[in-house]
Amino acid sequence: MAIKVVLPAHLQTLARVGSEVSLDVDGPVTLRAVLDTLEDRYPVLRGTIRDHGTLKRRPFLRFFACEEDYSLEPPDIELPERVRTGAEPFYIVGAIAGG
Amino acid sequence: MSSVRVLVGTRKGAFVINADGARKNWDIAGPFFGGWELYHLKGSTVDPNRIYASQASGWFGQLIQRSDDGGKTWTAMDNKFAYDGVPGTHQWYDGTPHPWEFKRVWHIEPSLTDPDTAYAGVEDAAMFRTTDGGKSWHELPGLRGHGSGSQWNPGAGGLCLHTIILDPVDAKRMFIAISAAGAFRTDDGGGNWKAINQGLHSQHIPDPKAEVGHCVHRVAQHPSRPNVLFMQKHWDVMRSDNAGDNWSEVSGNLPTDFGFTIDVHAHEPETIYVVPIKSDSEHYPPDGKLRVYRSRSGGNEWEALTKGLPQKDCYVNVLRDAMAVDSLDSCGIYFGTTGGQVYASPDGGDTWNAIARDLPAVLSVEVQTIAS
Repeated sequence: MAIKVVLPAHLQTLARVGSEVSLDVDGPVTLRAVLDTLEDRYPVLRGTIRDHGTLKRRPFLRFFACEEDYSLEPPDIELPERVRTGAEPFYIVGAIAGG
Repeated sequence: MSSVRVLVGTRKGAFVINADGARKNWDIAGPFFGGWELYHLKGSTVDPNRIYASQASGWFGQLIQRSDDGGKTWTAMDNKFAYDGVPGTHQWYDGTPHPWEFKRVWHIEPSLTDPDTAYAGVEDAAMFRTTDGGKSWHELPGLRGHGSGSQWNPGAGGLCLHTIILDPVDAKRMFIAISAAGAFRTDDGGGNWKAINQGLHSQHIPDPKAEVGHCVHRVAQHPSRPNVLFMQKHWDVMRSDNAGDNWSEVSGNLPTDFGFTIDVHAHEPETIYVVPIKSDSEHYPPDGKLRVYRSRSGGNEWEALTKGLPQKDCYVNVLRDAMAVDSLDSCGIYFGTTGGQVYASPDGGDTWNAIARDLPAVLSVEVQTIAS
């Protein structure tokens, strides 16, 4: 089942995609698996969402699924069923910052 | 007829400004990468259509872009800048050890002989090199391995390696500068580095004559005299006649010797330019007058260049990488301001015109002289 990921506008431009991308994730649909698959599909996004070395989320980005904030969850947490089934997207959101 | 291409990096994108050799009518293309900080763009002298750009954002980190058609289209290249080995610590603002952390690329210097080779100066201070056109970047670890790295501390803008000069005669010699560590030179292609700060005097550090710790803002060189270097330090304009082994002050009659940028005329190696800024807390020109100062004697004796520049109520800054020169017969001088203006002088600084007035704050200006 393909899952949907919504990217912030600047990353859509960078990856040359629309607002929503569709990904086939192998195995359990965890936070880490979604981001790994996304970066494999669009290598230009490497380093823009997670730090290259530590794979830690960049501080001004947040992750949301089914109206829940997954930003501080461990990377191996499984995403909600409605995201896993493609009924709802997984959101990568740029923090509102800058005044 | 030759033409010029001005590469402008701003807080919110890049602009490419073109004109023919008359330099009267300017065409502004951009913004490219709108919304992103473009700390620096620079073209290869070997292949002027090859341009590298440092694109960064507080949200999404660092990207490197490359153009192979003179800035019309761009491709994102590798953006992984991994320090070699265990990076260790430098001094933090309060004097405590702080881990080395990559933040952004401040300056990209393309090779003088190979368009696929370029050097990147980064924050926290280190030097990286690509030899495959930006597809991968690798640190030259000898610089951080100089032995003084634990004593380097960040300037107000961060611990940034902002100046890279590739010696046009000796391919193994390079000069770099770091705020706030000082200037360094390698004579073996980047394996080993020597601090070249003798003669610098910085009153704001514990030992004003320390080997390292000086807030060097920019260094410039004329290619015909590679042993002569000019430096705008935090305070003081300096000169070296022996490749940085010793420096002497040439601030002379400048109204203030604080500033960020310094550059050399394309055809007159003793003609240099600075933009005096009132102080390190007041980042604007003295008396609200934007004046470029020119010395035709390699320093000490300076004249104010004002024709075409605002002489009242002007409170912009000119940052370290925001001045450049073209190499047309009548040397053109260019600089950008934090107020979004880009000024050009087609006559070595005698007269100035704004070729762009309302860009985002300008971070860097480079000029390419394109042969017809």
